[in-house]
Amino acid sequence: MNGKPKIGVYICHCGTNIAGTVNVEEVVQFAQTLPDVVVARNYSYMCSDPGQALITDDIEKMGLNRVVVSACSPRMHEPTFRKTILGAGINPYFLEMANIREQCSWVHEDPIAATEKAKRVVEAAVVKARRLEALDVKEVDVEPSCLIIGAGIAGIQAALDIADAGFKVYLVEKSPTVGGHMAQLDKTFPTLDCSACILTPKMVDVANHPNIELMTYSEVEEIGGYIGNFDIKVRKKTRYVDMDKCTGCGDCAEACRMAGRFPNEFDEGIGMRGCIYLPFPQAVPAKYTVDKDTCLFLTKGKCGESPKCKDACQAGAVNFDLEDEIVEFKVGTIIVATGFDIFDAKLKPEYAYGVYDNVLTALEFERMVNASGPTGGKVIMLERGKKKKKKESEEVEPPRAPDSVTFIQCVGSRDKSVGNEYCSRVCCMYTAKLAHLVRDKAPDAEVTIFYMDVRAFGKGFEEFYDRVRREGVKYIRGNPSEIYRKGDKLIVRAEDTLTSTPLEHETDMVVLSVGLCPRSDNREIIDLLKLSQSSDLFYMEAHPKLRPVDTASDGVYLAGVCQGPKDIPDAVAQAKGAASAAMIPMASGRVKVEAQTSVVDEATCRGCGFCVELCPYTAIELVEVNRMGWPVKVARVNEALCKGCGACAAACLSGSIQQRSFKDWQLLPQIQALGVK
Amino acid sequence: MAEKNEDFEPNIVAFLCNWCSYAGADLAGTSRIQYPSNVRVIRVMCSGRVNPLFVMNALQQGADGVLISGCHPGDCHYMQGNYYARRRFNLMRNFLEYLGVEPARVRMSWVSASEGAKWKEVIEEVTNGVKEVGPMDQFKRRQLNW
Repeated sequence: MNGKPKIGVYICHCGTNIAGTVNVEEVVQFAQTLPDVVVARNYSYMCSDPGQALITDDIEKMGLNRVVVSACSPRMHEPTFRKTILGAGINPYFLEMANIREQCSWVHEDPIAATEKAKRVVEAAVVKARRLEALDVKEVDVEPSCLIIGAGIAGIQAALDIADAGFKVYLVEKSPTVGGHMAQLDKTFPTLDCSACILTPKMVDVANHPNIELMTYSEVEEIGGYIGNFDIKVRKKTRYVDMDKCTGCGDCAEACRMAGRFPNEFDEGIGMRGCIYLPFPQAVPAKYTVDKDTCLFLTKGKCGESPKCKDACQAGAVNFDLEDEIVEFKVGTIIVATGFDIFDAKLKPEYAYGVYDNVLTALEFERMVNASGPTGGKVIMLERGKKKKKKESEEVEPPRAPDSVTFIQCVGSRDKSVGNEYCSRVCCMYTAKLAHLVRDKAPDAEVTIFYMDVRAFGKGFEEFYDRVRREGVKYIRGNPSEIYRKGDKLIVRAEDTLTSTPLEHETDMVVLSVGLCPRSDNREIIDLLKLSQSSDLFYMEAHPKLRPVDTASDGVYLAGVCQGPKDIPDAVAQAKGAASAAMIPMASGRVKVEAQTSVVDEATCRGCGFCVELCPYTAIELVEVNRMGWPVKVARVNEALCKGCGACAAACLSGSIQQRSFKDWQLLPQIQALGVK
Repeated sequence: MAEKNEDFEPNIVAFLCNWCSYAGADLAGTSRIQYPSNVRVIRVMCSGRVNPLFVMNALQQGADGVLISGCHPGDCHYMQGNYYARRRFNLMRNFLEYLGVEPARVRMSWVSASEGAKWKEVIEEVTNGVKEVGPMDQFKRRQLNW
């Protein structure tokens, strides 16, 4: 493929997307005048079959050896056209794209200026194409295993799919149990399936599956390597309970001096726990965990004579000498399924969450209506902050059920004032479901929902919304401005925007339908994997439509709400998508690696080692070579480690190290083409 | 030199990293955000690839301004590339100032893949900045035929 470059330039109309602004004909004529251009053509859709055939025909008939496609962004169709020219028998790296859509026709209205810019961009692509070199596409083996971070429903589903297909799965969960937010739910909309009934079997499956290594109460600390060969380091935090010995009997939790003193995170603080606890009875694994932030023995160094939990444990599982364990392993692919946080309702002070006992978040309410929750499924008025009275002698009045429950929607969603412009997609329907459950559990209570719009877009959603309204749930369109207390009642001040009437609605209990937010610890995974974030701060997919489960990093995929708000079926569907995407490289066993790596001209390298220091991937080392009988040191690139950033090429004092496809003498003509007036 | 010319349309060369700023510029396109057409883009994989001599070269070739744009600090797809770019940029800017090149000509920005709107702002700022200082002709040199 040496010899004189013969370039074909193909300019795409993209329907009217490009041709509507850029004078394509003029660009074609201009391209024909450029050096080494043999042919320049235009076509309505270059990416279509006939468009690609145009290129392959020209390659065959005219003997083209380089191709410039002037169309959309290379981030969109570079792989497509690389395949096209490969199919016609020329090296895929003899392609250069000129982006005249995303960065030209779509952003400039003036046809003259846009056409002028398009010409320049095409020229820059042509002069670079003249200097392109053939690159070898190398392949590496793919470790047939997958790391899944997060064991909510998305992580669980992805793990089961991949494990069932015969690949090894390492499922790492930060909290003591798998299940995620779904495990906290009572019923699921719109079918009213019992959440636990459909989730717990899967939780047990991931724990027992021969291909899944489950690591709960563990965090990924380091990720190195690249697709096919990631090196993972996981910290298994100690529970101070021997996992092999613990039988899950619960004697320790009962014995704990501080039993019932601390809010249980799983119950959103409605229920209480001690310092040694099981988040909920169906937790997987059913092993107890000592909370090292509250445990007297661990914080104060003293718990009476000796820790009661340790004394109570007949299996001898409680052991305060246990330490964190670091495990290292290799995987081929990674799925991120870290889920979400619920919106912090305290950021909307007008709703007085945290001020009045009976202003709840929907997730707190969810725990309350849950039959296995802290109130046994009873909807009751809450008295927070009161310690459970232990003495039987004291007569405790049983808490009463509320006479009225009021829901407020879009708390923390569609709200610029808190920085969340997006719709959380689940609140309308979970509110309808909770309203239905109130009808069920406290039939006498009056139920009112304040809403902005009801978005019942999914399968069976509208029908469910209708059903709930027929059950006597009152919907008022309006966004309340304030909640305050009057006597023993709460007053919701709002305006009914359909009738333009201001109103003050009296109620016993207010439930805030909080939205879904990116996790507060999102950064940890970003730092580990270099993920991008969308403007809503959820993790960003590689392409919003066509690559919804991929990320910009090869071999790393997204599943569930960490990518954006979704309901359970959508999270499951995405998890299955991510699983199948991750299985592609694992099943084929080989994957192509970056070809645009750096390369050293050993004849001119003087072995200063500057690039060695600079390389973030330690891909460069100094080696001794024989130069005319003298041993000299030169830099050498390990191509399996090089990711092709080019930082070394920018720093080399002698220009000896260069990044393939981005070499100095490939970029400088581009600079000239764009710079010269 | 700086002839105050209202019609002066500067020619600005931009080096964009593939993962953040190039994607952000693409997003501006997908969102049909309109901005001046003075900036022409060269895609590199990482802002760390940009040799300061590229900037000098662009100014010599006739560009009136140069923009380097990468991922936000800490978000570099290649871990550290944008830190290298930032350090080089600061050294180079001092040097250019010493040579008498107005700081407005050579800029650096952080634009992420989701910041299409910010890209527009950056372009407008850079374009207006260069317009204000006028055409660049201190460095003009004989054209090489590559």
